[in-house]
Amino acid sequence: MLGAMTTTSPDSRRTTQAAFLMGIGVVAAVDEIGLHQLLAWHHFYDRSTPAVGLFSDGLFHAAQVLGMIAASFMLVDLGRAGRLASPLILPAALMGMGAFQLFDGTVNHKLLRIHQIRYEVPILPYDVVWNLVALALIAVGYLAWKRAAARLNAGGTR
Amino acid sequence: MSHAAHAPLHHVAGGSFDPLWLLYLLVVAAALGYGLLVWTQRRRGRPWPVLRTLSFLLGIGVLAAGLSPGLMARAHADIGAHMTQHLLLGMYAPLLLVLGWPVSLLLRSLPVGAARTLTRTLHRGPLRALLSPWTALLLNIGGMALLYLTPLYAAMLSSPWLHLLVHFHVIAAGFLFTLVVAGAEPLPGLAPFRWRAGTLLAGMTLHAVLAKVMYARLLPAGLPGAPEQLQAAARQMYYWGDLAEILLGVLLFWGWLRARDRARERARGKDPAPAHAPAFSAEGGAA
Repeated sequence: MLGAMTTTSPDSRRTTQAAFLMGIGVVAAVDEIGLHQLLAWHHFYDRSTPAVGLFSDGLFHAAQVLGMIAASFMLVDLGRAGRLASPLILPAALMGMGAFQLFDGTVNHKLLRIHQIRYEVPILPYDVVWNLVALALIAVGYLAWKRAAARLNAGGTR
Repeated sequence: MSHAAHAPLHHVAGGSFDPLWLLYLLVVAAALGYGLLVWTQRRRGRPWPVLRTLSFLLGIGVLAAGLSPGLMARAHADIGAHMTQHLLLGMYAPLLLVLGWPVSLLLRSLPVGAARTLTRTLHRGPLRALLSPWTALLLNIGGMALLYLTPLYAAMLSSPWLHLLVHFHVIAAGFLFTLVVAGAEPLPGLAPFRWRAGTLLAGMTLHAVLAKVMYARLLPAGLPGAPEQLQAAARQMYYWGDLAEILLGVLLFWGWLRARDRARERARGKDPAPAHAPAFSAEGGAA
């Protein structure tokens, strides 16, 4: 009985990793469906994209899609093993969403200039809001994760 | 201008033998061969799962749709129709075909000696390179880059034999890539999960880059249709290709999850389910 309890204790680290990855994928999906397809703010191809941007864009896209599939299966796997630390899923996903959005808003939009958020409008307000939302997601996710992890630890020693 | 390249295949092949029939024959032979092997297995009292048979035959159906004469004729004037063909033949049909476990069925049906020899050559012999994920990646993406970035595409439109070769390559390379990456059936010498996942990542990346290069540079050059037609085809390649790759990714990780489940079963001390034991060695020996 004791042995069974130790093997089925929630795995905080792997749950966090999988949910973080899931968050990255969710932002990518929102970006693709919302901004590319529905609002058509983003373009399929921005003529100012340099070759390196084209390649890194392809790689990130592939990594996000595969990452989301991997994350789903990792969560199912943790669930089947009875080691899912459920309270950590949402906070970790929020951190993943924020981290990727911040990366997209700084490296992809500004450094590599793969594409902009919107065209033919003053872009600065969009960039500022974009990155502030990203920072807020990270902050909220981190605080919620801390609280959930503390509660999990308290529950574990009970 | 649009008349110059309008369905040139039929001009060249007009009345004479169209080598594309060889491909039709190959597809029919694959379906009949699979059916025959399943029937033989059944007669020997070793039934083959119905879902596998169904999946393989559905895959043959998708191949037939991709090769249908109407679509083939339209593809000569419109690269969009060609792209539909390419997606069906090289990406969607293979997903269904590999779920039919064709290699296992073959190994199980061969005489013991032949099955052993084939397994051995796949494991260590010259055929080992064939099942390497890097070979599959090179054949798949390399072939695509040749077709779309060089004058090969234009040349294919006026040469029936080149046309046959390209279509055979699309099917064969797509099948090999899907077989090796998905790893749906236990194959001798199948690469480890990480390599196969890395191969899929590389394949998805290059597929997406290739589609955008075609869109941006208006490649392949010298096509009869308007540039918008070509750009629509490139978008189709990007998005529908993505969906096929997502499905392939699901197959890949599904296999990973099943392996984890089996490991858990073993750890719990239960009898390790022999269901997934390599069919070719265990049952080939008993045959």
